Amino acid sequence: MQFMLLFSRQGKLRLQKWYVPLSDKEKKKITRELVQTVLARKPKMCSFLEWRDLKIVYKRYASLYFCCAIEDQDNELITLEIIHRYVELLDKYFGSVCELDIIFNFEKAYFILDEFLLGGEVQETSKKNVLKAIEQADLLQEVNFSFTRISQILFNPCIITGAYLFLQRSSAEQFGYFTVNIDVYVQWKFQQSGQKICW
Amino acid sequence: MPAVSKGDGMRGLAVFISDIRNCKSKEAEIKRINKELANIRSKFKGDKALDGYSKKKYVCKLLFIFLLGHDIDFGHMEAVNLLSSNRYTEKQIGYLFISVLVNSNSELIRLINNAIKNDLASRNPTFMGLALHCIANVGSREMAEAFAGEIPKILVAGDTMDSVKQSAALCLLRLYRTSPDFVPMGDWTSRVVHLLNDQHLGVVTAATSLITTLAQKNPEEFKTSVSLAVSRLSRIVTSASTDLQDYTYYFVPAPWLSVKLLRLLQCYPPPEDAAVRGRLTECLETILNKAQEPPKSKKVQHSNAKNAVLFEAISLIIHHDSEPNLLVRACNQLGQFLQHRETNLRYLALESMCTLASSEFSHEAVKTHIETVINALKTERDVSVRQRAVDLLYAMCDRSNAQQIVAEMLNYLETADYSIREEIVLKVAILAEKYAVDYTWYVDTILNLIRIAGDYVSEEVWYRVIQIVINRDDVQGYAAKTVFEALQAPACHENLVKVGGYILGEFGNLIAGDPRSSPLIQFNLLHSKFHLCSVPTRALLLSTYIKFVNLFPEIKTTIQDVLRSDSQLKNADVELQQRAVEYLRLSTIASTDILATVLEEMPPFPERESSILAKLKKKKGPGTVTDLEEIKKERNSDVNGGTESTPVNASTVALPDSPLQGSLAELVTGPRPRPSRLNSSRLAIHNLQTGVPCLFKGFFTSESTPSPSADLLGLGAAPLTSSAPPPSSTGSLLVDVFSDSASVVAPLAPGSEDNFARFVCKNNGVLFENQLLQIGLKSEFRQNLGRMFIFYGNKTSTQFLNFTPTLICSDELQSSLNLQTKPVDPTVDGGAQVQQVVNIECISDFMEAPILNIQFRYGGTFQNISVKLPITLNKFFQPTEMASQDFFQRWKQLSNPQQEMQNIFKAKHPMDTEITKAKIIGFGSALLEEVDPNPANFVGAGIIHTKTTQIGCLLRLEPNLQAQMYRLTLRTSKETVSQRLCELLSEQF
Repeated sequence: MQFMLLFSRQGKLRLQKWYVPLSDKEKKKITRELVQTVLARKPKMCSFLEWRDLKIVYKRYASLYFCCAIEDQDNELITLEIIHRYVELLDKYFGSVCELDIIFNFEKAYFILDEFLLGGEVQETSKKNVLKAIEQADLLQEVNFSFTRISQILFNPCIITGAYLFLQRSSAEQFGYFTVNIDVYVQWKFQQSGQKICW
Repeated sequence: MPAVSKGDGMRGLAVFISDIRNCKSKEAEIKRINKELANIRSKFKGDKALDGYSKKKYVCKLLFIFLLGHDIDFGHMEAVNLLSSNRYTEKQIGYLFISVLVNSNSELIRLINNAIKNDLASRNPTFMGLALHCIANVGSREMAEAFAGEIPKILVAGDTMDSVKQSAALCLLRLYRTSPDFVPMGDWTSRVVHLLNDQHLGVVTAATSLITTLAQKNPEEFKTSVSLAVSRLSRIVTSASTDLQDYTYYFVPAPWLSVKLLRLLQCYPPPEDAAVRGRLTECLETILNKAQEPPKSKKVQHSNAKNAVLFEAISLIIHHDSEPNLLVRACNQLGQFLQHRETNLRYLALESMCTLASSEFSHEAVKTHIETVINALKTERDVSVRQRAVDLLYAMCDRSNAQQIVAEMLNYLETADYSIREEIVLKVAILAEKYAVDYTWYVDTILNLIRIAGDYVSEEVWYRVIQIVINRDDVQGYAAKTVFEALQAPACHENLVKVGGYILGEFGNLIAGDPRSSPLIQFNLLHSKFHLCSVPTRALLLSTYIKFVNLFPEIKTTIQDVLRSDSQLKNADVELQQRAVEYLRLSTIASTDILATVLEEMPPFPERESSILAKLKKKKGPGTVTDLEEIKKERNSDVNGGTESTPVNASTVALPDSPLQGSLAELVTGPRPRPSRLNSSRLAIHNLQTGVPCLFKGFFTSESTPSPSADLLGLGAAPLTSSAPPPSSTGSLLVDVFSDSASVVAPLAPGSEDNFARFVCKNNGVLFENQLLQIGLKSEFRQNLGRMFIFYGNKTSTQFLNFTPTLICSDELQSSLNLQTKPVDPTVDGGAQVQQVVNIECISDFMEAPILNIQFRYGGTFQNISVKLPITLNKFFQPTEMASQDFFQRWKQLSNPQQEMQNIFKAKHPMDTEITKAKIIGFGSALLEEVDPNPANFVGAGIIHTKTTQIGCLLRLEPNLQAQMYRLTLRTSKETVSQRLCELLSEQF
């Protein structure tokens, strides 16, 4: 896949992902041209069209158009389902996604896309696995603990002893390395034990 | 999944976004953005150090502004700072900003790479993931240089987490696409292949993409992937719909992976191992069977995913093109889709059938759907589907249905969308020519084409009809009659006037017997259109008139009156004015005999590939054209437009706008860069004016000198032969006096053979060099003619005396190669360079090369040097582009053992694909991409032009990297040609 564009009925670009190096000028030109072409098409028409030397696969979901440019030998139907799977992922993450979700949380839309597609190729097709990756990241976001916070955890009687041992082992390491590992470790432990993080 | 933290607390960002959304006008939006930019700038510049959160928030705002389409020129540094944050969320935003807004600021790249390096080394899978995503998103050369060595290690390391492996695989793929030179092949490749067996389907999915891309370039190294892919595929297609859990998509097991595996298999020919092959056939049959089963779900996702796999399987079947049974089943399946209610499926079925039509096994099966396809052309509401229908009709056309298909296409053309008219016109023109049994049908079709869609009929189309009419005398009378009738229409397209003008000018006499189309009526008919036409057409008509003067002496005065009128003689357009003046003069002063010769009927055009076909290919070609391609195209259009030096009889005036005009000009002006079309015609006219006597002289002497180019150039030298004494100059006499060995030809200079070989694939360079003398060459070849400039450089400070270069051909060579040159000045001053031009004509194919013998006196000593002159058969190559199926069809036709020549030899140079390609192109044949099922092989095609015949040549070079060997196969219609070309080319690798 060479690029993916999301735009609204009104022609406003909501998300753009380029998998080939192009100048900003060229990107804008392509976007303008394609938005125009796709919006001009009638609802019953087929979802594929030839454009320059590429194939365009697009589909409309409510007010949003999802539009992918693929190369000659790429499979159109599977691309259509790439779009659908991405929509499902957004839907699951945001809980019945709407255009506003994508506007206000554009960075999340990009993160989800990166987990699903990388370098223009499908990286992970399992919905569960993609969302798990995003979920973990979100958890990490909440566990924004500072160094003092860590000591609190350590002295908290309910903390899992493993965390303590782990900390001891890596205490010789640099501060950065250390926090990095504790982040993952604690979060992993909590997942394992099914506990909810409460601090 | 609960939305954990929508906007994750960046309230400022949410407020800003809603502000922007509330802006009523573009101006208000820009104002709000500028305010925000000023705010962020002051925050970034402020004395107070920003905390991570604020930095993240502002960087995110900048990103949002950029994505709205505004330029951002600051904030990069802050984003880079975020990369080294320990907070995941800050790092993530930093990476996102870099991915979207990277520029090649070298300062920053170093910092970014550093941050990435740290994250890759962190062994924290989440951070590694972020870093890999960033590399994959940016994919710049700098990043490739920094990380292409590292990523394969991460990919194959035993302790790497699955998700990191997936990212690493695709990251590597991206780097390989942008900078393959930085991605080293190594032990890791074999371990990557084994990822196809990985437990984790996500890893397999990502790895398959990587392997497919790598295998396209290095098929040998990834050959083992075939059997692994087949067994993986087989496990997927036979699995129950719930086996693969989350990798099942709407009851279809792992559709993405299946499609990718089928794509991977398309990089290779059918598996050689019978067991693997059988298993693959089973898989493909299962996929075809499943298409017939009732759907497991009514959801479109189910059918899409299922059919995606099906279409990919059909692509593989077509690619292998070896199982007639599967091909026919595939065709039937597609036939069902042709009438499916889903537009998407109809579209894809038409598209796939197009490729199926070119397989000999399924061509007939495809043809049975002709009515459905024609119907699609008439009833489809979507132009892109109709376009596919046109493509398919074109692909399925053969002699049996050509008339029907051409008629339907012409029918459709009347109402066709403007966007595809030109392409349809080209297709109709090609089909009409290719399958014309009866050339009257061809002429009718083309004239219809001009009538219906004259504006879309390109130059190539009407040039072509003229070429054909001129070459076939059985159709000339009919053509004249038909254009005459077509011109009766009160409003006819200008292209029709051009064709009409040209044809009547040549063959108007064939219908002049009929009183309804008497000479005067013909002339009046054409002249009635004259004033409505553009300048180029009028120029053409003026040439028609002068041709009429010759054809119909009875209307000479009428024509002279027209030429003499002020509107012609004083025309503001210099081209028209000049033609009128020249033609009027010509008609007045020249005798009937001379007129008859000068204005003789055009000689037949050499047979060549249809120019229209090239045009169609050009149209379909990629949008971006590099310089090189541009040059190639230019060359192509030259070839096909007919401007190459066609053997023009010097005494025939070509119609000014005909393709031949250019060649006349070219012959006259010599090897300078080709002038533009307009210039060239003017030049020719100019020469016509000043050079009329010269042309006549050319005519009178043409009997004795068969080479037209030499005469026009006025070199007038006698052909040199081995038996002839050195050109008689004053110097040569002296040589005879001084030297006893002057007439003895020296043996070949050492290294001459090597040097000779270097020139097989190139035309310019240094042929010979010693302490005294340097010989440089520059040559160019066109069809069966060539010209070589030999430069003799005196490297010393002393004069060379009695400098006598001689070309020596054996008797045998003399009969097949005609060389002409002029003697050079016998004195070459110290440090000076003299030039000698050799005109070359290839009469028939030849084996040896001529010898260039140079004799001169330097100081007191006599020098005698002989070198082989690199005039080789392949110089008369004309590249021919053709599609895979054409190639193999011709290949099969040349299956006589005498026609084939094969040589297996050891590589003498490193086996580099690009260099090999360059050599094959330099050799003169076209390099055909995507023809050989094995992408490592090289395939070429071309035509050797000699005066007597043209010989089609096909070649195939199969490198074997492991053994460092090549196998070269040549197939041509002539044994000696196969032999010689094989000899020459074998020396090159």
